[in-house]
Amino acid sequence: MRVDSETGSVMGASVDQVVSFLVNGDPVRVAVRTDWSLLRILRDDLDLMGSKEGCGGGDCGACTVLVDGVAVNSCVFPAVEVDGAEVVTIEGLEAADGTLHPLQKAFAEYGAVQCGFCTPGMIMAAKGLLDRVPEPSEGQIKRALAGNLCRCTGYNQIIEAVKAAAGAMSR
Amino acid sequence: MSKSTMDTSQKLTPLVEVGRSRPKTDAGEKTSGRTQYIHDFSMPRMLYGKIKYSDRANARIVSIDTSEASAVPGVKAVITGGDVPEIRFGFLKDNLALKKDRVRQYRDEVAAVAATSPEAAAAAAAKIKVEYEDLPPLFDPEEAMAEDAPLVHETDPRGKEAKDNRLRLPWKFEAGDMKEGEKGSAYVAEGEYEAGWVTHCCMGTSGCVATFDPSDNLTIYSNTQIPSLAKSDFQEALKAMGLDGAVRVVNMAIGGGFGSKLDTYAYEYIAILLAHRTRRPVKLIFDREEEFEATSPRQPVKIKVRQGCDQEGNLTFRDISMLLDNGAYTSWGATTPTVMMMPVSSLYRVPNIRFQATCVYTNNTYAQAMRGYGTPQVTFAIESNLDELAEQVGLDPYEMRMKNANVPNETTPQGFQVTTCGHKRCLEEVAERLDWSSRRGRPQKRGAKVRGVGMASLLHVGGGAKIYKSDGCGTLIKMDDQGWVDVYSGSMEIGQGLETILKQIVAETLGCRVEAVNVILGDTDVCPWDVGVHASRSTFVAGNSALRAAELVRDQILDTAASTLSVPRDDLSLREDTVVCKNDSDKNTPIAKVARRAHFASAGNTMFMAANFYEPDTELLGEDFKGNFSRTYAWGCHGVEVEVDTETGKVDIIRYIAAHDVGRAINPMLLKGQIYGAALMGVGYALTEEMIYQEGRLLNPNFRDYKILTAMDTLPVEPVIIEDPDTDGPYGAKGIGEPGLVPTAPAIANAVYDALGIRLNRVPMKPEQVLEAIFRNQGREIEER
Repeated sequence: MRVDSETGSVMGASVDQVVSFLVNGDPVRVAVRTDWSLLRILRDDLDLMGSKEGCGGGDCGACTVLVDGVAVNSCVFPAVEVDGAEVVTIEGLEAADGTLHPLQKAFAEYGAVQCGFCTPGMIMAAKGLLDRVPEPSEGQIKRALAGNLCRCTGYNQIIEAVKAAAGAMSR
Repeated sequence: MSKSTMDTSQKLTPLVEVGRSRPKTDAGEKTSGRTQYIHDFSMPRMLYGKIKYSDRANARIVSIDTSEASAVPGVKAVITGGDVPEIRFGFLKDNLALKKDRVRQYRDEVAAVAATSPEAAAAAAAKIKVEYEDLPPLFDPEEAMAEDAPLVHETDPRGKEAKDNRLRLPWKFEAGDMKEGEKGSAYVAEGEYEAGWVTHCCMGTSGCVATFDPSDNLTIYSNTQIPSLAKSDFQEALKAMGLDGAVRVVNMAIGGGFGSKLDTYAYEYIAILLAHRTRRPVKLIFDREEEFEATSPRQPVKIKVRQGCDQEGNLTFRDISMLLDNGAYTSWGATTPTVMMMPVSSLYRVPNIRFQATCVYTNNTYAQAMRGYGTPQVTFAIESNLDELAEQVGLDPYEMRMKNANVPNETTPQGFQVTTCGHKRCLEEVAERLDWSSRRGRPQKRGAKVRGVGMASLLHVGGGAKIYKSDGCGTLIKMDDQGWVDVYSGSMEIGQGLETILKQIVAETLGCRVEAVNVILGDTDVCPWDVGVHASRSTFVAGNSALRAAELVRDQILDTAASTLSVPRDDLSLREDTVVCKNDSDKNTPIAKVARRAHFASAGNTMFMAANFYEPDTELLGEDFKGNFSRTYAWGCHGVEVEVDTETGKVDIIRYIAAHDVGRAINPMLLKGQIYGAALMGVGYALTEEMIYQEGRLLNPNFRDYKILTAMDTLPVEPVIIEDPDTDGPYGAKGIGEPGLVPTAPAIANAVYDALGIRLNRVPMKPEQVLEAIFRNQGREIEER
């Protein structure tokens, strides 16, 4: 929640309800308004800045996170809807000891990262796919990533990275 | 390496780090969500800025009422052009940070707000009331050239009366003798080509945080591609504000550049004005709609081209004129003709050249630099027209190209001194891989779908571009007592991988691990000067600077080692973090130990550090626009097989060969990333992307209606890396950032022609336009029968 630094009041208007959910395994409680997005509370309340806002309208996928295992655009996902849900963000992918997820490693190793702004969302969309389909075809990978725009890479190396990560995870 | 991506290199000296496909050294930060972009940055007591834009394309501002806006809780400042110092900016200084009494385009900034939350700032901006008196707008550059056209700017920035809407930028170039050229021509092809507005679509939107200390020193957290020039621009703004503080530009990670951040924008000056008014940090971030509407797109252009050749197909002359829509103000877009001259004068060997470009003010959005800097538009015209000329001669377009291809060591009509040149090899690779000889001229029909092949070449600067009084870059390098190396470069990482490339170059030169090299970029307080990330120059220019600084440090290490180890210096080299002694391995010593010996000596204590400012040995273009403005030039050729659906007009890419003369690949994986990304951006430019303006208003400022390509559209690109080490490049490298986009549109248009026999002369070639052309073509045939 964003608080006015001088008046101490919550900006905009008062909150409508409190939601409780798991984020990257940790239980949290956040006071939200009905017109707030999940992305807003991830970034502004929970300090999880890895999820990006690229468009604010569900068109680019830079804000992709998993809600109960499903990849969603958190910028248009109502915050009130996460009550009781399990949310995983890019920050939840690496192990407690800092070991990166096979997708994170593969994106680096296959040159799938340039400016990097789309990368967290892209990886989360790929994670959503691999959790459902451990050995996806190239067509399945492309479809799963179709809502995640990247302006730098042309996607070739991203697709290769997802294939490689799928291979590494199934071994 | 597979055949499709094999390098066709010869005679390369094997190196340790250079030539290695190493992951980007910032990839771990980026894949784990740690990287901080401007959106993720905040400061204590920071306010949020919001801009109120014009509601008119062309109007006088009668009054601005900010009273309601000021009353919104949390609002700390509302500023208008009337109550802040006048800050002029842009290439011709014809733009104002906040417009005073006149708006000339919908994106004009008329007022701005700083508030304690983004919501309060937005609410307040919406409550600003502006009263306008409409003026007749101009949206068509040809209408804007009419004698009785109203003036977009009545005076130039110095107050001198304007005669018409033409910019006083005389883009004219002539070489050889056009009359002779015409006379010697057996064939002449004429055509008109057109390109509309397209935009960068960086995934991270633009933004900054501006903050003053109590002594009026400004720090601006930015995502500029030009830290040093932006610093000068902001310093000038401070002067205009009557302040004598210093400026520091600190770059956050940049969420895409592509030329969009090559100039400073009004929003940055507005953040500075708000920060000074409120004495608090002010953050101003664009939303996506603003990013579409208020950043400057690629310049739209109409191009007329005539090319001639003799009986055998040798080019005799090229005559190109063009009209560019400058929009309401002047940024780098207006200077793209200077770069367009490059392929016009020097792509293929053409003895007689004439080029003329007119930029005209309109009430449309003003244009800027974008990947390729004018060359994609003009290459579309040249290379499409070349196929038409070849057809007249009865020559295969590939043969025509080979016959006229550029060669090493030639001097072109514009005075470019070519050193290495891989043009012919690029053409050959494309022809061979596309099975050109058996495919061209034999369209394959399957139902309503027809396949054809096409190719197009490119010429680009590969060794910087002296379009500013310095094309240089500085580097400082220091090594500590443990052998850790810090490299301070004036250049910038914008996703292209410069940080990694610099580390590889320095590690190669110092014989140390890449992990021991730290690269510091994007802070004008500590980094030396650089002209900016543009012109595909960073690997070449910043790379050369880093190489030279590293060589100085290497020499210091070797000198110290030679004297402390009492061995001839020539016997020593640096490898695997060690000073290696040729004839006596017992004397091998860790580099760090040599550093400590130098530092903690009994006398003459020193540490290893060096600086270099590298200015390529090039020339500014003269009055006649001649001069060798790049240290080396890069060629390429793209070949494509398309499938056109004649029922829907959709063009699919079946095969895509991208052959590039790169000098030497410092990091082949990152280099291929540049080619993949540029090719897809180029295909978007060719087939789907268009900013649709209606009377100056952008109708599609979002990703739903402005179609950049998705993973579903991934191209089957086969990058062909042709390595012939450049004489002047760092370890032989040339630039590759822009080239991959340049020939995409004409290669596709030529392939569509091969498939259908229909010449498409406007990009984007959207399905409706392709279909329309098919219908028109059928209609004409019916009439002729």
